[in-house]
Amino acid sequence: MRKYIIKRLLISVVILFFVAFIIYALMRCLPTSYIENVARQRSMQPNSKSYEEWMQQLTAAYNMDKGIILGFFGWLGNMLRGNFGDSWRWTVPVIEKFNDTVWLSFVMGAISFFFELIIAIPLGIIAATKQYRWPDYVISVIALAGISLPTFFFASLLKLVFSVKLGWFDLYGLVGRSYDQLSSVGQFFDKAHHLFLPIVTLVVVSMGSLMRYTRTNMLEVLNADYIRTARAKGLSERKVIYHHAFRNTLIPIVTIVGGSLPGLFAGALITETLFSIPGIGFTSYQSMVSGDIPFSMFYLVFSAVLTLLGNLLSDILYGVVDPRVRVS
Amino acid sequence: MSKTTIENDYTPITPDPRYILQVNALKKYFPIKGGIVSKTVGYVKAVDGVTFNLERGTTMGLVGESGCGKTTTGRTILRLYGDKTGGQVLFEGKEVYDLTPREMHDMRTKMQIIFQDPFSSLSPRMPVGEIIGEAVREHKIVPKEKYNDYIDQVMDNCGLQPYHKDRYPHEFSGGQRQRICIARALALNPDFIVCDEPVSALDVSIQAQIINLLRDLQEKYKLTYLFISHDLSVVEHISDTVGVMYLGNLVEYGKKEDIFRNPLHPYTKALFSAIPVPDPTVKMNRIVLEGSIPSPANPPAGCKFHTRCAQCKEICKQKVPEQREIEPGHYVVCHLYD
Repeated sequence: MRKYIIKRLLISVVILFFVAFIIYALMRCLPTSYIENVARQRSMQPNSKSYEEWMQQLTAAYNMDKGIILGFFGWLGNMLRGNFGDSWRWTVPVIEKFNDTVWLSFVMGAISFFFELIIAIPLGIIAATKQYRWPDYVISVIALAGISLPTFFFASLLKLVFSVKLGWFDLYGLVGRSYDQLSSVGQFFDKAHHLFLPIVTLVVVSMGSLMRYTRTNMLEVLNADYIRTARAKGLSERKVIYHHAFRNTLIPIVTIVGGSLPGLFAGALITETLFSIPGIGFTSYQSMVSGDIPFSMFYLVFSAVLTLLGNLLSDILYGVVDPRVRVS
Repeated sequence: MSKTTIENDYTPITPDPRYILQVNALKKYFPIKGGIVSKTVGYVKAVDGVTFNLERGTTMGLVGESGCGKTTTGRTILRLYGDKTGGQVLFEGKEVYDLTPREMHDMRTKMQIIFQDPFSSLSPRMPVGEIIGEAVREHKIVPKEKYNDYIDQVMDNCGLQPYHKDRYPHEFSGGQRQRICIARALALNPDFIVCDEPVSALDVSIQAQIINLLRDLQEKYKLTYLFISHDLSVVEHISDTVGVMYLGNLVEYGKKEDIFRNPLHPYTKALFSAIPVPDPTVKMNRIVLEGSIPSPANPPAGCKFHTRCAQCKEICKQKVPEQREIEPGHYVVCHLYD
């Protein structure tokens, strides 16, 4: 097992290297150039240097006067020394901005993940035990709707109904207008109130696939011979389903759920942007749009690390939860 | 008659204390769903009127080709499918399908089953001790303080070691796993066990061990077996009575000696002529059946065997034959003996 993990980690390093290079090359090729924008603005000011002069000066200042390959290795060298540079758009060190925003995203992700689990898994079990009867059809329609709805569309729909028509929630933002006047308890509820719609969006959009996954695996287990054995033992239906069938369904579920844990730190780019929640997703979106190479590089490479970590975690978990794999 | 109606007329039988199990005109159809609204368009007649009685402490062998309904018969008797389609199953004089869930729960300890495949019929997530003991606790077979000793004793009876308790099923060989299945069934202290092809997944040397184990346990605990198999040599070895099934029907049924000495039904004759003889000098006189087994969704009219029968008469194509007793306790369903 240890040998296996070390091997996987080494492979991950190689993958990361190439992923980082591709991302860097893409960032450099983006049509939005932060430097050009700044140079244009400054040259417009009265009594300023010309646009060309500003370009030359800024390109050198931001270390963009080298080619893509040299630039990449420059970035890589700094990164390996723990120096991720300063964000151009936010004018603070990348790590600082990351630290300021990631926890909000994590809290939001964790809450919606929790609700996703407690809604999707029981519904998946119900759908499987009532296969081809009305509960199954209702649940499957909900699941497919969740899978098929694009995030931006569903979020806009929620906003239209609950913010514009009913006026129950603010359209966007993390805090309301009177946030500063509120007590600390009031501030907490104000934030919770603003996070409600984004979390509903995240839960509805993501729970469909987990529900289908639970249903499929549960069905497979329910048709297994050992479930018939359990029934022949004279166990109650409850025990057959929750003790025997669900236990075996847990193997694939724990694997996939464990694998998605690192993703909680990645934020929800679309949802956060739509609701203007200042988490890591929205921040990265703003950075990418303005061509902030250091911050975008950091965020994208960080996402790649999370993905690789998730895959590794789910493979390891598989061995932990399935006694058949443990021996070999 | 439409394909989706079910004919269900039979003469009800009364409980007879001589028998532990009485099966009368038992039917189990599985619906075939078709169309976009999943309407029932027909039925697979897996078990289509099976009648037999089983005395306490004896073994009945149930033989027949693949797909003839042997397994379905066994499982329907134990009420492992939701409902039967027709007929009666009297276990110790009580209709199994009339029991309340509470009574059924208690009845489960009396009738047990050993499945064909010892690899898939044990939950991979449970240690062996738990597989065997779970139902013992559920049904409170023994007081709590005797539980551990009881499990050890059951395992010992089936040739398993106490230290096997904490292992998982995948750590055992096929023969050992079948012993676990037997121990699991036996732990509930049943009177009647359906052995659904318990040895067909095992290799021959292990088969003998398991068969002998089943026989020893039968003597020790006065068990009654319904032994389902397609292996006639095994059935001859273990059975007291034998039933031959074809396409959901019991075509012949009687004492083992009678059936093997004097098979009456043309299908039984053909089946028995296929038993291999371990002597190369003996010339086999095989009766080869023409054609393949018809679909149980659309069985032939009249006698279901008439499409493949060498002695088929005109009446066989029209009228369903009735069960007749040719010699005492030897029943056959065939127009040749009208």
